[in-house]
Amino acid sequence: MKVAYWPGCVSRGFTSELHGSMAAVAPMLNIELVELDRASCCGAGVIAEHSQELADTLNARTFALAQQEITQGADLMMNICSTCQGAQSECQQRLDASAEYRAQVNETLADEGLEYQDGIINKNFLWVLVEDIGLERLGSLVQKPLTDLRVGPFYGCYIVRPTDRLDINAAQPRDEYLGQVIETLGGIVIDYAGSHKCCGFPIITMNKKASLEQAGRHLADAVDAEADCLVTPCPLCHLNLDLQQPMAAKQVGRELNMPVLHLPQLVGLALGISPEELGLQHHIVKPTSVIDWSQAVVGGVGGW
Amino acid sequence: MAEFKLKIRRYDPATGAAPYWDEHTVDLEPHRSVLEGILQARDGSDGSIGVRCSCRSAICGSCGVRVNGKPGLACHTHLDDALASAGEDGVIEVEPMGNMPIIKDLIVDMDAVHWKKIQRVTPWLIGKEPVPEREYIVSRESMIDVTQSMACIQCGACVSDCLSMEVDPLFVGPAALAKTYRFVGDPRDAAHEQRLKDLGEDKHGIYDCTHCFKCIEACPKGVAPMNQIMRLRRIAGNDFQIKDRNNGERHEAAFVKNIEKNGILHEADLLPDSYGGKFHPRAVPELISSLPIVMTALLRRKMTPAKALLHPHKASDGVKKIFEVVEGRDQRNEFNLYISGTDANNEGTDDVAEKIEVAEPAGVAADGSEGSSA
Repeated sequence: MKVAYWPGCVSRGFTSELHGSMAAVAPMLNIELVELDRASCCGAGVIAEHSQELADTLNARTFALAQQEITQGADLMMNICSTCQGAQSECQQRLDASAEYRAQVNETLADEGLEYQDGIINKNFLWVLVEDIGLERLGSLVQKPLTDLRVGPFYGCYIVRPTDRLDINAAQPRDEYLGQVIETLGGIVIDYAGSHKCCGFPIITMNKKASLEQAGRHLADAVDAEADCLVTPCPLCHLNLDLQQPMAAKQVGRELNMPVLHLPQLVGLALGISPEELGLQHHIVKPTSVIDWSQAVVGGVGGW
Repeated sequence: MAEFKLKIRRYDPATGAAPYWDEHTVDLEPHRSVLEGILQARDGSDGSIGVRCSCRSAICGSCGVRVNGKPGLACHTHLDDALASAGEDGVIEVEPMGNMPIIKDLIVDMDAVHWKKIQRVTPWLIGKEPVPEREYIVSRESMIDVTQSMACIQCGACVSDCLSMEVDPLFVGPAALAKTYRFVGDPRDAAHEQRLKDLGEDKHGIYDCTHCFKCIEACPKGVAPMNQIMRLRRIAGNDFQIKDRNNGERHEAAFVKNIEKNGILHEADLLPDSYGGKFHPRAVPELISSLPIVMTALLRRKMTPAKALLHPHKASDGVKKIFEVVEGRDQRNEFNLYISGTDANNEGTDDVAEKIEVAEPAGVAADGSEGSSA
């Protein structure tokens, strides 16, 4: 399949290993990435907090650029960031609700020759994996099952709430997809208290103590549940859970050492890509448990 | 009738014993509520179950609990729906709400948390002077707007699941901040600026919300507290230029400026700018405290000095134009779905008006004057 690909800002900045691992994994899943390199930041909820119309117009422009790719054969728009998914879905909900409002926004885009037409399909890589590629096919591509690897899912708020806006329901349990993917890749899903909670990143500059306390508690819960690592589809969560983990550990007063993987990295490991190619060496918390696992001889192979 | 299994969380702090789960089987029609299930268990088998309720029709806000981990009104949750969201064992779990101390079993101390926070935000209208001689005329849109926060029935479901309050119990919280919007959004109130200033100077005020959407999801009345908090921030920053004590407004302004300049976020600039700039006294301790992390990140080649300092991406003309047009407007253009509704919902409303006109009795013209009748 071909997708109009929106990598977001942080995946090309402080978590560039995310963008890199997506690029490594895509061809193996037969996804052609057409990068929207002219598009702008989704606003991460912060621009909307300043001016809704500004956030709506910036994202309408991104959607219009994606729609140009869709008319040229792309199947849909794909992002790799929970926050982009949520912030863009929020803007899309307003833009799609009213033809009058959409016309106002499109007037601002007209100079550039762009126009957003309602109803774009914009999905996070996680949703594409389950809904478009399919778990069965994903499972058939696994070269190196994540046998005995204990993985805790960490979604990020923006991709699980509000459920009605994100079309999450019994028929489409998008808030359970990470567990389904981990299982399909052969790993063990760890159930712990923090999986659907907030990483604390949005208030890191506003109330650092509370922000780090949030990250620290979720990581500690995962440690107590004996997870080997966490996996997240959100690079902003990754910043608070990995980059800030030494500070979070100080805040909660205990050792954490919990590796946090980006979703494409976890998929890549199971598809047989080396940890190095997936950029695991760039993480602040050394993913020792994951590397050890990837180098271990998988039990059952060779006639055990 | 059908049988349902309820697992109720029991705890009586007065006894000093630890909390435990207590299972009961009830026999009720599937469309009956979880509250009726709890009451049947209490009245039929164990009179000591503590539960608070009154109206049993989702308007008094007394029976807030968590059903299968999700907060809501016990009287507003059907047993069959609760069964559908139960675990594989088919047992419906009922627990007290979170973030508040437990008095007994399912009864939490609303006074200690929820009502204290409501009282903290001056929850009444401060009228404008001079008082108008007749009624105060308010536009229809303003009135519809505040009805969203007025719909709150003080059940505490949003407080129960607030993730900021979970780590910062002093946070004013979703219910009280939605209540604040009820007055800041009301044109008859005279104290908009004072209210916002008060909550900007409180380190646990409007900028302590972590934007997790939990309260929106929890509210059984569609109040969407987080949306009201975001509007309070917009009004505080844009209309009153209030500088809060959390760096919230400064962070927001730095973020907007960063995107206007770069198109996509330049993270290395954002952090110091959020504290007032690289050399600002507020920024220096922040930057020093993050130095060990920066060093590790450089060591692991997570970022390179060149990437951290120079941002190759610049905003395109198209992006700059958007900022110019939208930021140049005299008035903020805010499309509010709660007021306007969607095209799909509104479809057909014009037809209804037409039909009403047609249905008017013969002989009376649309303006109400009597027509000529033979």
